Amino acid sequence: MAETEERLRRTMMFVPGNNPAMLKDAGIYGADSIMFDLEDAVSLQEKDAARDLVYEALKTVDYGTAEKVVRVNGVDTPFYKDDVRAMVKAGIDVIRLPKTETADMIKELVDDVAAAETEFGREEGSTHVMAAIESAKGVINANEIAAASDRMIGIALSAEDYTTDMKTHRYPDGRELEYARNVILHAARAAGIAAFDTVFTNLDDEAGLIRETKFIHQLGYDGKSVINPRQIPVINAVYAPTKAEVQNAQQVIAAIDEAHEKGSGVISLNGQMVDRPVALRAQRVMNLAKASHLVDEEGNYVEE
Amino acid sequence: MSKNNVGVDIPDSILNQYDYKPYAGTKLGNPVSQRVAPTVRAQFGENKVVDSIADVVKAEVKDGMTISFHHHLREGDQVFNEVMQVIIDQGIKDLTLAPSSLTNVMNDMVVKAIKAGTITHITSSGMRGSLGDAVSHGALKTPVIFRSHGGRARAIETGKIKIDVAFLGVPNADEEGNANGMTGDAVFGSLGYALMDAKYANKVVLLTDNIVAYPNTPASINQTQVDYVVKVDQVGDPDKIGSGATRFTKDPKELKIAEEVNEVITHSPYFKNGFSFQTGSGGAALAVTRYLRQSMLDKGIKASFALGGITKPTTDLLAEGLVNKVMDVQDFDKGAADSMHTNPAQQEIDASWYADPYNKGAMVDKLDVVILSALQIDTDFNVNVLTGSDGVIRGAVGGHQDAATAKLTIISAPLVRGRLATIVPKMTSITTPGESIDVVATEIGIAINPKRQDLIDALSHIPGVPVYTIQELAAKAEAIVGKPKEIEYTDRPVALVEYRDGSLIDVINQVKD
Amino acid sequence: MEIKKTALAGTLESSDIQITLSPATSGGIQIDLDSAVASQYGDQIKDVITTTLQGFQIENALVKAVDKGALDCVIKARTVAVAQRALEQTEPAWEVL
Repeated sequence: MAETEERLRRTMMFVPGNNPAMLKDAGIYGADSIMFDLEDAVSLQEKDAARDLVYEALKTVDYGTAEKVVRVNGVDTPFYKDDVRAMVKAGIDVIRLPKTETADMIKELVDDVAAAETEFGREEGSTHVMAAIESAKGVINANEIAAASDRMIGIALSAEDYTTDMKTHRYPDGRELEYARNVILHAARAAGIAAFDTVFTNLDDEAGLIRETKFIHQLGYDGKSVINPRQIPVINAVYAPTKAEVQNAQQVIAAIDEAHEKGSGVISLNGQMVDRPVALRAQRVMNLAKASHLVDEEGNYVEE
Repeated sequence: MSKNNVGVDIPDSILNQYDYKPYAGTKLGNPVSQRVAPTVRAQFGENKVVDSIADVVKAEVKDGMTISFHHHLREGDQVFNEVMQVIIDQGIKDLTLAPSSLTNVMNDMVVKAIKAGTITHITSSGMRGSLGDAVSHGALKTPVIFRSHGGRARAIETGKIKIDVAFLGVPNADEEGNANGMTGDAVFGSLGYALMDAKYANKVVLLTDNIVAYPNTPASINQTQVDYVVKVDQVGDPDKIGSGATRFTKDPKELKIAEEVNEVITHSPYFKNGFSFQTGSGGAALAVTRYLRQSMLDKGIKASFALGGITKPTTDLLAEGLVNKVMDVQDFDKGAADSMHTNPAQQEIDASWYADPYNKGAMVDKLDVVILSALQIDTDFNVNVLTGSDGVIRGAVGGHQDAATAKLTIISAPLVRGRLATIVPKMTSITTPGESIDVVATEIGIAINPKRQDLIDALSHIPGVPVYTIQELAAKAEAIVGKPKEIEYTDRPVALVEYRDGSLIDVINQVKD
Repeated sequence: MEIKKTALAGTLESSDIQITLSPATSGGIQIDLDSAVASQYGDQIKDVITTTLQGFQIENALVKAVDKGALDCVIKARTVAVAQRALEQTEPAWEVL
């Protein structure tokens, strides 16, 4: 696991790599992660220009606190190596490898990233990686892929290619993704990294987006990929904790603080023991509450 | 040189030559003025209907006169070009053109009339395109005078604008000149701006493609005011009369700004039962109306009235009972125009009732919340809606100065457009004084006028709406686009910008090429 | 460096700039700029293009630039792309980026 402190990854917004207008504004929508796409969103003739453009944007545009991710072209393409080198030189946070099928592919990526960090004088280990699973083979190997490197921060399901590989297509109820979603989520949790759900492509179906987001939130996913900024507030609303959850979390944290002050080893709240999972969940709820603007900087609940 | 209250140096020669006082502030006191009245030639039921524009022009338009038009038909207008061509053809010279505003469809004809010597003076709410370009490059010998809608009403009432002949396109009229904007092919709803011309012009010429049975009701313009009714083939193209802004924007940046504007409104002390608002047109304004509707439903709040230029989303609020009255000076789309016809709670008002600072009370004085746009905003919160970043005229004052006197004036504008910063240290011209602007909302957050401590207290802790100083926003904009080269001007004035009370707020000079 | 062929990069979309680069034997870097913001940013746009081309040791070239409100980073990226295409370089120009 690349990070010890948990980072919110409710939304990863796709930005086509050869689109200056979208690159310019990508930082204003409050996406937790921004994914600059050099792969599917860019035609073969424009791979060089898109790489130059994303490079310059990363060097100059202020994307605030968002995690900057780039989807490079696949390892089997002539663009892959230069994509990786250019993005490492530009100081990208995370490189996302498409169509990941084996742990060896991640290991190869990590070697290439490490070499580029040396070549361009970047801090060793500062560039993280993540895998996109887009095939049956990738799902089968998800556990090894998720655990392939300590640079790994996450693993994502990419359902369009996956359903094609499975000889099906996407259905509104998502049952065709049941196995892949569960396998990928377990692989991520076992490796201690983030799990990203696939995109919801019908921009006009907000009810469908809410339904699907509620479902993957229930499963335990960190968040979803988004293809339009308008999906961000919708997903964030699903991830926002309820007032009762926030108040409970506040009580848990208060109990922990009180126990620390008293030097007491055993923490209890309302007669129940506060153990590590309870404490972690409380911290996560408070992080989400802050990001959802439900509490102010001091952690007080904001009354609407 | 005299420095006016927004820090603009105005040459004394201009103040003297055009008889102006420098702009002195938004507080106007209780000025006393003398109204003028039109000359009336009595008629006793004679047939006013004529088929020939040329005959009317020949009889009524003389060299040196002031003629007027309205812009309610917007980009679908077919009256203006037809009449102007006849006037040019008759070799009439030295006219003052005093329309309520000029739309793009009129540009080329005005330029042609200027070149022919037919038009030598213009006063308008605004101008764009080839006309704005020509004027900014010195096409007219005397400067254009830009007035707000309320300012034009004042100027007409006090005789600063003395209209000799008004040519007013209407979608229906009877043989005596009773007319409204609500039925017919070229329906556009409220005749708000044209009502001033009908009341104060010496000669009123209606042009219509739809002569209806006498007496025509409801009559917005009535027969007591009308000299001629000219039958024409078509007054307007129905497809182009709607401003085209009636669709909800899908632009995520505009939607983000609209959401933020709604947050500002709903967190302000004015958002309570019986509040009033004006939103204007444009995709972002329509989106604000949609968000505001949801907030009103959620909080159980109803508005007493919506004011100004009206769109269908606003008349939908009226139909839904969320707004008690719509006070309507113009309609931006057919939906709003139709609603005026069918809903008695949608009241047609003229430009004076709407916004005139020299009458016995205008509706803008009762307005709580207004959302306005901007081409540029400076670090004193002054707003420019007239000139582009290149100094060329490409906009209109509209009701901006008038509505900005509302209790909460919100400017909704992106931080940058393409490579142009919206919030800048120095604008190319000043239209509306910062004294009347309270909040600027951009895609990255808001700035609150430091004069409004009450709003700083109320709006500083809205979840998800960061507050910056206006200087910080200007710095952020410049960090994105870089520092522009200053625009160079000659010392020749091409336009004078009046504040709504008739004082001089800015002078626009010819751009240097 | 000699330009091998006329090349083009960028689009006519908002916030982009389309640059065409053609060989020239003399006259330095000559830029024909079409931009709505030329009066405010024309010099700056030409400066970014010239400096970037000089980074490739291009001394003489004809440049046609149709600007749609591009930021400096976009202008630089498009200039790099068009230069590499005109020079028929496939390895990214690490020293210019």
